[in-house]
Amino acid sequence: MNDIWSMLSDPNMQWIFLGCTLLGLSSGIIGCFSYLRKQSLMGDTLAHAALPGICIAFMLTGVKSIGLFLIGAGAAGLLATFGIGYITRHTKLKQDAAMGIVLSGFFGLGIVLLTLIQHGDYGNQAGLDKFLFGQAASMIASDVVTMSIVCGLLITVCTLLFKQFKLISFDAGFARGIGYPVALLEQLLMLLVVVAVVAGIQAVGVVLVAALLITPAVSARYWTDRLGLMVVISGVFGALSGAVGTLMSASVSNLPTGPVTVLAATLLFGVSVLFGPTRGLIAKRLLRKQVKKSFTRENEQLAKSGANNGVKKEAAL
Amino acid sequence: MSEFWILLTGSLVAGCCGILGVFLVLRKMAMIGDAISHSVMPGIVIAFLLSGSRDSLLMMLAALAFGLLTTFLIQMFQQSGIQSDASIGVVFTALFAIGVVLVSLFARQVHLDQDAILYGEIAYVHWNLWELGGISMGPKAVWLLGFTLIVISAVIGLFYKQFKLCAFDPALAAAIGIPVALFHYLLMGLVSMATVSSFESVGAILVVGMLIIPASTAYLLTERLGVMIGLSVAAGVASTFIGYGAAVLLDASIAGCMVCASALLFVAAFLFSPTQGIVAKKLRMRRLAS
Repeated sequence: MNDIWSMLSDPNMQWIFLGCTLLGLSSGIIGCFSYLRKQSLMGDTLAHAALPGICIAFMLTGVKSIGLFLIGAGAAGLLATFGIGYITRHTKLKQDAAMGIVLSGFFGLGIVLLTLIQHGDYGNQAGLDKFLFGQAASMIASDVVTMSIVCGLLITVCTLLFKQFKLISFDAGFARGIGYPVALLEQLLMLLVVVAVVAGIQAVGVVLVAALLITPAVSARYWTDRLGLMVVISGVFGALSGAVGTLMSASVSNLPTGPVTVLAATLLFGVSVLFGPTRGLIAKRLLRKQVKKSFTRENEQLAKSGANNGVKKEAAL
Repeated sequence: MSEFWILLTGSLVAGCCGILGVFLVLRKMAMIGDAISHSVMPGIVIAFLLSGSRDSLLMMLAALAFGLLTTFLIQMFQQSGIQSDASIGVVFTALFAIGVVLVSLFARQVHLDQDAILYGEIAYVHWNLWELGGISMGPKAVWLLGFTLIVISAVIGLFYKQFKLCAFDPALAAAIGIPVALFHYLLMGLVSMATVSSFESVGAILVVGMLIIPASTAYLLTERLGVMIGLSVAAGVASTFIGYGAAVLLDASIAGCMVCASALLFVAAFLFSPTQGIVAKKLRMRRLAS
């Protein structure tokens, strides 16, 4: 415990801690909408697809800056969503196959570019492979500032457009009917997912950043039926996992941040599955027991009154 | 000689994955294939930590167990009311994270490289030889993959009719008394086997490319299941050869190049497929219009 406090008193660590917590918060919030729109795995695809974008951005400029990577990865992510849409519209392949193709195709390209960078004469390339699993400790102050601004922006947009996003998540047809620009809003939401994924890559890594979008949202769904509350709970779960992930990975050497963060989120998910108030396993088991009890009680009463009726009938005879 | 072994290994991977990928694509379970290829990771690592060697039956069994566990968990969460894609996402990221944490905690003690699991090192295949009574029998990976390919072909060949029916009409299959759930788990078990035997050569992440992309390419070219399997394997083998050539030219990751090559083949099929390609469709439209 003392270790954690001494670690937190280090200003650099404070920044990283803050950045990861904010990241968890914003991805948790956005994850809710993509979960309700049944697009959870889109985050995974976009994260994998971002790798070639990052590599190309690095090859073109030769600098490791999160801002440039954001642009490269954002472009690659948009290309990937476009590709998925194009494949599903023009062939008989379903969305899952299209996602698999785009995901592995882009990731393969990313690996090729990564090895090209490693074998080529690009100076200062060390640490680019940290993007695969994330190493929050490798972030510098300016990265954290960029990340915090991006996360703040995401949260603001979600708050401002909450009503619109809510409507397109539940009833896109109705939203179109009352004149919302649904296609535009859907694209915007997709763009927000891309931004969240890219912002998370340095902290959590390409392979696992999708979990930050999916797991907190699914866990929050166990606790409530109201979207507003779900978004808040999901954000808190995300922030908690981000914080735990950073602390754990900083205190044990050689432990990447991404997997620890994901495991923390999974732990919260496990707790939610067990203890969720109406959907949780324990609540369900209790409910079943209660229903069984009341059913047998009713049956007994019925049998008793039935027996009474029989007696009365006999008496009447 | 090394080139021969690399190409042979790649072709065997393409064979294993090509056959299974067809069923994954047809049953709309491409992303479950992706999930399994990630989540066998803890199985591989645990078996490696227990046995200390890379080529054991234990590894196969552990990966098989984790593959089936993944399928089971996904099914369970789906039935408890979580959307199917979200349950896939939760399960595989959690298992993969466990695998990565195990590797990073214990990687110092054993010789297991994170990168080797993820992207594979097909270039080193011919150094890891299997010796029987002092005589070199060729690379171990080739034997392992050959064995897997035989198992896959045998199972699919024996139950071809059942797999076919389950792929196209699971309800009818259940109605006439085929144990659909059993065949589902059998298929997933085979996918885990294929993943673990290919992880050394193409890696746990890129194996999903070999599973899905060639099968999708074949899906665009034909409407018969038998032909589709053949085409899928052919597309996989072709991308192995093209990918290896490109990797030698560019001095880049062989596994990455193989997946890129198969993606290029898919794009070619997407554009120029005689029945469903974009170009063919455009030409047909023009003919109809005139």
